[in-house]
Amino acid sequence: METEIKKEKKEKIPRQKMPEQNPGVRITNFEEVPLGYSAETAILEAKRCIQCKKPGCIAGCPVEVRIPEFIQAIADGNFIEAAHILKETNSLPAVCGRVCPQEEQCEQVCILGKKGDPVAVGRLERFAADYERATGEISLPEPSAPNGKKIAVVGAGPSGLTIAGDLVKLGYEVTVFEGLHKAGGVLVYGIPEFRLPKAIVEAEVDYLQKLGVKIETNAVIGRIATIDELFAEGYDAVYIAVGAGAPVFMDIPGENLMGIYSANEYLTRSNLMKAYLFPEYDTPIIRGQNVAVIGGGNVAMDSVRTALRLGADNAYIVYRRTEVEMPARKEEVHHAQEEGVQFKLLTNPVEYISDGSGWVKGMKCIRMELGEPDASGRRSPVPIKDSEFVIDVDTVVVAVGTMANPIVPATTPGLETNRRGYIITKGESGETTRQGVYAGGDIVTGAATVILAMGAGKKAARAIHAYLSGE
Amino acid sequence: MNKITEKVALSENVVKMVLEAPAIARKRKAGQFVVLIANEKGERIPLTIVDSDPKKGTITVIFQIVGKTTAVMAKMKVGDSIRDVQGPLGNPTDVHKVGQVVCIGGGVGVGVVYPLAAALKQAGNQVISIIGARTKELLILEEEMKQVSDRLIVTTDDGSYGFHGFVSTVLQNLIDQGEKIAEVFAIGPVPMMKVIANLTRPYGIKTVVSLNPIMVDATGMCGACRVSVDGKTKFTCVDGPEFDGHQVDFDLLTSRLRMYCDQESIAYEKHRCGWNGN
Repeated sequence: METEIKKEKKEKIPRQKMPEQNPGVRITNFEEVPLGYSAETAILEAKRCIQCKKPGCIAGCPVEVRIPEFIQAIADGNFIEAAHILKETNSLPAVCGRVCPQEEQCEQVCILGKKGDPVAVGRLERFAADYERATGEISLPEPSAPNGKKIAVVGAGPSGLTIAGDLVKLGYEVTVFEGLHKAGGVLVYGIPEFRLPKAIVEAEVDYLQKLGVKIETNAVIGRIATIDELFAEGYDAVYIAVGAGAPVFMDIPGENLMGIYSANEYLTRSNLMKAYLFPEYDTPIIRGQNVAVIGGGNVAMDSVRTALRLGADNAYIVYRRTEVEMPARKEEVHHAQEEGVQFKLLTNPVEYISDGSGWVKGMKCIRMELGEPDASGRRSPVPIKDSEFVIDVDTVVVAVGTMANPIVPATTPGLETNRRGYIITKGESGETTRQGVYAGGDIVTGAATVILAMGAGKKAARAIHAYLSGE
Repeated sequence: MNKITEKVALSENVVKMVLEAPAIARKRKAGQFVVLIANEKGERIPLTIVDSDPKKGTITVIFQIVGKTTAVMAKMKVGDSIRDVQGPLGNPTDVHKVGQVVCIGGGVGVGVVYPLAAALKQAGNQVISIIGARTKELLILEEEMKQVSDRLIVTTDDGSYGFHGFVSTVLQNLIDQGEKIAEVFAIGPVPMMKVIANLTRPYGIKTVVSLNPIMVDATGMCGACRVSVDGKTKFTCVDGPEFDGHQVDFDLLTSRLRMYCDQESIAYEKHRCGWNGN
């Protein structure tokens, strides 16, 4: 009888909203949009969790966070303990709490979601990680005795940082080689400040360094040293996590006109180089008045919302299918809509028009309709004959995807790649066609999510440990 | 952090800097470059590695003061440190013995052609070098070029030193005199490279140019440095920096180099927009 009453009470608590910056205000700054839970709200939300005996959420998480346990700790007011539970399996909880697509993972399988709203796992994760960071009481786990084996990780993005954290905890000497001047990969060059403050990434990288991970920046593997040279230097295993950091252009006339960026360049200038603070920072960026972003993914949403914050009068998403097929998270599309982004759907650019002095001034587009489903299962867009029209633009950001960066595969004999340049691995272990060389993240899967790259790092850590410890 | 161990003003606006970068010094080959970031707020500046000393663990770069970041770098002293040095980047020059080659450098481009001339000489080629500047005071690396060349011809646009005229005129004279030229390497301001490429095309002399577009990451990630070669888009940082001069769209390169002129004047970078000139 008593349990029944308790249960009923729990179901009455609605999913707690997270306060956000008002859209009219936030498009004038680069500060974070969602503001996080207060302690009271977090406890209330945590109490919604019914602590399933057989929780589906843990299996729904690529890095297997013990979700009910950390939520129980929050419900009990033990916020630091919640953070510790998170960090046992996830080296980057403050990041994941912000950028994971929880709606497709842990929250999708939450039992409460069957009849109502699932527990806000992501918001709670963010709360616990932020709480710990704010207190400054970051505790380190007991260090393992060094096992005398050396691991080289190529790329300091989410996948590389995850494996580095996991292996250092097992006693390995881990060095991460990062091509750029800051660690974080897409977390620092790609995802904007208003979605993931860079101070948070820095704090998570700091934590890994405190655990003993060494990070060498400005080190482009394939140039400063090849994979073979790393082995010659005494590394026992190598993990390649260089991402899918090569931009795809559409190869249409006028694409090299001034004012046309790849999303990678636009976001790298703004995020990594802080061009939004130009001229305080030296790197410039074009602050367009009429900005078109081509594509419908998260990178397109990040780009178009950056354009608004850089002062665009008109910021367009130009996408060849409809909102239903957009790969971006619903939350991101919703934020973009709230902020006044104009969506030009079933539209595809076919040519850029020059102003006569080398700058883009217009974009000729064609209208599309949806035809039969294609390989991705989505209905494929088909151009409508004679439906061309011109949109006035002075800046264009091409966000139609990325491809494999060729530097590491090209300099590593015996490392096999597929037709599209991605490294071939055996199953989930990340094992490549070269002994002792493992790979994971976008360089294996093609552009995916932060958490999937982290999951790959976690699995490869197990595989490398098994390989080197002979287990 | 990379300490500055030597700094020399080669001319009013051109600085030579020797930096501690042991790993790069060991690894680099002729034709490759580094990206420097002077300080926390600095831009990423691509510069050719002019020379290296693997024993001392140093590399040499030469830059022209063309904007805010290079002006800041020019004010740094021996003992100060450049915050970040990333490299070596780009593909090394394809150096092999072909016979007689002509190495042409204009303005600060002499600093870029110098390591090529040295490597080509080392590989057993006959090296004729032509280096030019607007006026005598702007000429750089004459002595160094002399040491790696079988013959060195110096030109100035105003006739204040050496041959009065352009490097292209000297090259035309060599061709007219019947010199056998297997390959030409031409590095300098875009208009100069364009003129040289147009000059050698009818003779079918292979002409290699090294391009200097605007770059950001310099690892093939952003596409800022895209150029058109034989009608196809290439990324200078990973596909270059050297390309077949007969196939490069120099007008597109000239245009794209102007992309940030307005911003740079905001940052008091008035000189920057002349950076493709000497």
